[in-house]
Amino acid sequence: MKRAVVMLVALASGAMLLAACSEKPQTNAEGVKHDAVPWSGTGTQANTGTAFTAPGWKVGDKTAWEQQIKTRSNGQNEYTREN
Amino acid sequence: MARMKFVCDSERCIECNGCVTACKNENEVPWGVNRRRVVTLNDGLPGEKSISVACMHCSDAPCMAVCPVQCFYRTDEGVVLHDKDVCIGCGYCSYACPFGAPQFPSQGTFGARGKMDKCTFCAGGPEANGSEAEFEKYGRNRLAEGKLPACAEMCSTKALLAGDGDVVADIFRTRVVHRGTGAEVWGWGTAYGSQQAGTPPTGGTK
Repeated sequence: MKRAVVMLVALASGAMLLAACSEKPQTNAEGVKHDAVPWSGTGTQANTGTAFTAPGWKVGDKTAWEQQIKTRSNGQNEYTREN
Repeated sequence: MARMKFVCDSERCIECNGCVTACKNENEVPWGVNRRRVVTLNDGLPGEKSISVACMHCSDAPCMAVCPVQCFYRTDEGVVLHDKDVCIGCGYCSYACPFGAPQFPSQGTFGARGKMDKCTFCAGGPEANGSEAEFEKYGRNRLAEGKLPACAEMCSTKALLAGDGDVVADIFRTRVVHRGTGAEVWGWGTAYGSQQAGTPPTGGTK
């Protein structure tokens, strides 16, 4: 009886030791996260802005954001600004 | 849909490094990491030219192709971003990039190379827009604030243009027509060449 218990404990210990040698899974369980759309703003709530949000467009409106970026891009053209 | 692109007009760049400073300040980039830098070609020779270089957010980004853990992704606006939680800092992207954009912080133990860092077109990263986590890992998300990258908006001579590809190309075209010279756009063909991702080469034989 005592021998059987010793054998059982030895087997359990062996199994535990060998388990420590096994390889940890290296799969990317979450996968690559993707960014939220830029017109959703930077506020803590969705489709809200902050004090840093540029004025002149409605946060959450894709068309408004695209127009804002286009206007801002065109602002780099001094030929249209000065002439 | 806007396709974000950079143009650097070498006729206008005065090597002031304002873009570099703006980038470092806006994104609080650590020492040793230069998302943007100014390179002078033929330095000291007559007719030397300077250009501001960072990630060009290529149409067919080689960094994306070589990444063994596929941490890169492209947004609908054409901005090439990466997930730092997935990046293993192997450096393959650094070898593949024709612009030397990927940067690696080395403040870890024994100077161990950290996760890759690069220009995000001021579009943050795959964390909640405007969150502390996004800022810590990727920098400010100016696009979500309705702004353009700080480097281009700060450029004093407007040598560096950023924004919708069609718009910035129009601006550059207008300049070239007015001054009648300097039509070469450094890096444009490499980054946004007609050879798009997945398109087989044309006209060649094996």
